[in-house]
Amino acid sequence: MPPQRKGAAARVSEDTEDLTRHPLQAILLADSFATKFRPITLERPKVLLPLVNVPMIDYTLAWLESAGVEEVFVFCCAHSKQVIEYLEKSEWFSQPNFSVVTIESHNSVSAGDALRLIYERNVINGDFVLISGDTVSNMSLTQVIQEHKERRKKDSNAVMTMVIKQSKPSPITHQSRLGTDELFLAIDPQTKQLLFYEEKTDSYRGIIPLDNALLGDNPSICLHNDKQDCYIDICSQEVLSLFTDNFDYQHLRRHFVKGLLVDDIMGYKIFTHEIHSSYAARIDNYRSYDTISKDIIQRWTYPFVPDVMFSGNSATHLEREGMYRASEIEQSRSAHIGPFTVIGKGTKIGNNSKISNSVIGKGCSIGSNVSITGSYIWDSVTIEDGCDIRHAIICDGVVIKSGAALEPGVVLSFKVVIGQQCIVPSYSKVSLYQQPTVEDSDEELEYADNSSGTVDSSITCTVDTLNREMMSETPASQMLSLHLSSGVEAEVHMEKYAYLGPGGVGHVWSICEGAHEEEWRHSVAPSPADKLAEAIQSLEDDLELLNLDGNALSVSGELKSGRNGTDSEDDDVEDSRDDSIYYEKEVEATFLRAVNENIKVPDVILEMNSLRLSYNMTSADCAGAIFYAMMKQALEIPHATAGELRKSAASIIDAWNKLLKFYSKEIDDQIEVIMKFEEMCLESVKEFSPHFSQILHLLYDKDILEEDAILRWADEKKDAEESDKVFVKQSEKLIQWLREASEEED
Amino acid sequence: MEAGIMCSVRQHIAFREHECPMQAMSYFRIVINCMVAAVPEDVGTAGALRAIAHHLTASDILVVSGDLVSDIPPGALAAVHRQHDAVVTTMLCSAPVNGPTELVSSGGKDKIKKPRRYNIIGLDPTKQFLLHVATGAEVEKDIRIQKSILRAVDQMEIRADLVDAHMYAFKRSILQEVLDEKDKFRSLKEDILPYLVRSQLKSEVLLNGVPQAENGNEMVNSQNNQAVVSRILANASTPSFHDLYASSNKGSTLVRRTHKCCAYIASESKYCQRLNSIQAFSDINRDVIGDASHLSGYSFSAHNNIIHPSAQLGSRTTVGPHCMLWEGSQMGDKCSVKRSVIGRHCRIGSNVKAVNSVIMDHVTIGDGCSIQGSVICSNAQLQERSVLKDCQVGAGFVITAGSEHKGESLARK
Repeated sequence: MPPQRKGAAARVSEDTEDLTRHPLQAILLADSFATKFRPITLERPKVLLPLVNVPMIDYTLAWLESAGVEEVFVFCCAHSKQVIEYLEKSEWFSQPNFSVVTIESHNSVSAGDALRLIYERNVINGDFVLISGDTVSNMSLTQVIQEHKERRKKDSNAVMTMVIKQSKPSPITHQSRLGTDELFLAIDPQTKQLLFYEEKTDSYRGIIPLDNALLGDNPSICLHNDKQDCYIDICSQEVLSLFTDNFDYQHLRRHFVKGLLVDDIMGYKIFTHEIHSSYAARIDNYRSYDTISKDIIQRWTYPFVPDVMFSGNSATHLEREGMYRASEIEQSRSAHIGPFTVIGKGTKIGNNSKISNSVIGKGCSIGSNVSITGSYIWDSVTIEDGCDIRHAIICDGVVIKSGAALEPGVVLSFKVVIGQQCIVPSYSKVSLYQQPTVEDSDEELEYADNSSGTVDSSITCTVDTLNREMMSETPASQMLSLHLSSGVEAEVHMEKYAYLGPGGVGHVWSICEGAHEEEWRHSVAPSPADKLAEAIQSLEDDLELLNLDGNALSVSGELKSGRNGTDSEDDDVEDSRDDSIYYEKEVEATFLRAVNENIKVPDVILEMNSLRLSYNMTSADCAGAIFYAMMKQALEIPHATAGELRKSAASIIDAWNKLLKFYSKEIDDQIEVIMKFEEMCLESVKEFSPHFSQILHLLYDKDILEEDAILRWADEKKDAEESDKVFVKQSEKLIQWLREASEEED
Repeated sequence: MEAGIMCSVRQHIAFREHECPMQAMSYFRIVINCMVAAVPEDVGTAGALRAIAHHLTASDILVVSGDLVSDIPPGALAAVHRQHDAVVTTMLCSAPVNGPTELVSSGGKDKIKKPRRYNIIGLDPTKQFLLHVATGAEVEKDIRIQKSILRAVDQMEIRADLVDAHMYAFKRSILQEVLDEKDKFRSLKEDILPYLVRSQLKSEVLLNGVPQAENGNEMVNSQNNQAVVSRILANASTPSFHDLYASSNKGSTLVRRTHKCCAYIASESKYCQRLNSIQAFSDINRDVIGDASHLSGYSFSAHNNIIHPSAQLGSRTTVGPHCMLWEGSQMGDKCSVKRSVIGRHCRIGSNVKAVNSVIMDHVTIGDGCSIQGSVICSNAQLQERSVLKDCQVGAGFVITAGSEHKGESLARK
């Protein structure tokens, strides 16, 4: 094989310049640590799912072998037994110059955990290729590895080289053709250093924020919206130790890459390598499964195409119009097989059936008058007469009874039975397994945390535990499925399968509310026209919004200082407003708890302090928020008359006197309390407005407010508008009295 | 083509006539019909344009700041502007390599002392279109790039090493419309240009003043024609991203209206500097008699300097190359002048050293003075043995004998 020779040649030349050469190693993560392929992945690991009738991991391993990698560590976690079993049966363990070692783990929940474990094993002793087992590529690694090594010689901080590829996301859906979110990269055009990486686009609408310091170091940077991350990384050994040092790194991109980019103390650098003519893509979701399958059929991944690679015992032949046929196919004369279709060994196709743009596995039996377009039918599937299947994924052993129809985007997991004349609605996911109910299973677990950069450790913890629960659940449900498929129990569950038609077996997974909207984005089915129209509409709205921003900018243009970057200030203000609302809510909740559970004042202070620190608030904010919470509490106490309300307010102020005092030591804090009270009376809790002056007086009597604070507040309000002065007037008497008192003192 | 030259009153730091952009234009043999308009100082550049708007008639106008010293033919900018049928075209030149602040920071590692940035400019890969511009105080903030523009253009190059040369070509109708509609806009550079760049994919301005309400189809047609014409002019086989973007979703009810903002990047070999600081003033003076001597239009002597025939030099006084000594100035004995400009009727004593300095007219310098890297304005007086290094001396100021100044600004209160 030519690539191998190339690898060997490179090895010789490297030997001469670097005596301590290590064999090229690769870490293959045979677990995506995601749940995008559920429900299928409940039963079979993602890497073993057939991609054009060959398990995905075979594509990855075959490419690694051809690219000159000598040692591959396959990290198995979910369904590790199945992966190891498969590898043992395959020929991968018996290749010359190519060793495959499996590393098994049962408690890793992320790529970060996997790499930490591999670090502990101490098996990696040089640069390595880090990929996941769902990558299809035919690129040559020699150039990128050489680039990486040369960079390393000059700069030991260049720890990683990331492979990217040209791919323009759709201007309408903002998705790449692989169904992944659009990616924004900033790259130094000279050195190709990666400076910015953003794939989740919702955090900043319409705006990409770039750190100003980036331009300080580089006179020019290039922003890209037309690149795709191939998830093939050439890493130095340090990467593993970095994962160990930063135990909160979970996701390769979201945490590790962003972490390195943000961190400017260690100065680690990530570089990019763009491939132009070769192919590299990762199967992330059903949409990319569809896209990559088509790419394979259309031979973009040559030599990794059905008739060249993996022919195994059954040779596949390429016929005209991109049709691949294995041996022993029984095809009726009147059946029509359209272009770009793969038919596996031993499949039977009945009369007048039409198949186009689809992949059909081994040993399937397809009845007559069946129409199949754009679908992926795995092995031993039975499709009875008159079925209509469009853009669906149908796993092993599924039975579709006569006259059933699958609308676009349906996924049928293993051994599901669809009853006669049943119409399965779009984007349904059917499995013999119950849908895990712990959380919304369509969300990728790791993605539950949307914050970029470092993760809040508590969130990670919950995610971890959730994940563990899910995993422990799997064997149990497997048992269940055995019972189910035996057919005896199936009868009992009949009612449940009602909507799969008579004789149907399987649970239709409900799609949780939020995810339904997004379901079409990742489906095998092409995006429906109405969704596209919606997207276009929202796009226009976005633009309107942007322009509104622009207008806002121009209006405030009269003041130069105000105009400069007004939009950013607006955002900041909004952010802090959001923050303070959350903060107030938290304080309120804490206070409520304190009241209900009779927590002592010092403990409450402790809690309030931690809240204050975590929201980065001043003590004035604190005083305001606590007072707000107290008044709210007073309002909660049932009261018939206004007088009672005042009394309950007084009693609460009395009871929590110390707490409020603690935070309103300074005059400014006290003024904040008054202002807060004023604001409440005006807006949220109007019930208090008649009692404003009395409660003010009460606060004064209780030594919470000093006379200075009240007087200064009154002074501040002097020039305010009439509407703002309502409460000053109301408490005129008190102020007057205070003034006289202070004059007397003087 | 019409040109407006902005000459702010604040900037009247004694122009030598050869540095005047007006001269530069006649240098390129453009017939100039000159008209002077005065506006109050606080209306800003946009206000100045509003004041003269009724005089403008041509379809494109060129707006030049009066402090630009350059040998770039304005025609080049105008050509780019018309080629793309742009709404605005800006001239960009590379930032001075040895800028004033860089000298300070050359040793330091800390980020605060990085060379001062002038502008942050976003360009498309062909470097023809202006996609992002941050000026003034925005430069010091984080960069905020509009995603919609980036999506339309795929790649954007963001550069901090380009300076806005303050020479713009505007489509008159658009400029007037913006001036009328946005009455809050004060500055051409900080308001109007960013506004036009920001809204280029969602244009609010009417191209060629065609009202859009009626005959929507016709307008599309005329726009299409224009697009074709501009493509032919641009000699490009593919439509620009603006056209692609506008036509990307035909199905939609809204016809996207776009306008183009272009950039003309002056080539490195051309001279292009803005005289907007005292440092720049002395730098440019040095350049005009030195490396960029073709700007001045003077003929240099065999020693690569200019000494007016009426100037008088004492014995053993040397005037080095890249120097200028103008009409009626007198120098005593044993003086040495290096890379300096000396104006008219100056009286310079003996043993005076002048290096890297600009000495304006009617300046009196006593014996034994040493002047280095300084600017000395007209009628100033330096008494004996005073030493100036990196100073600015205001008009008519008197420096006492024997005093030493370093990096100071000396002027009459």
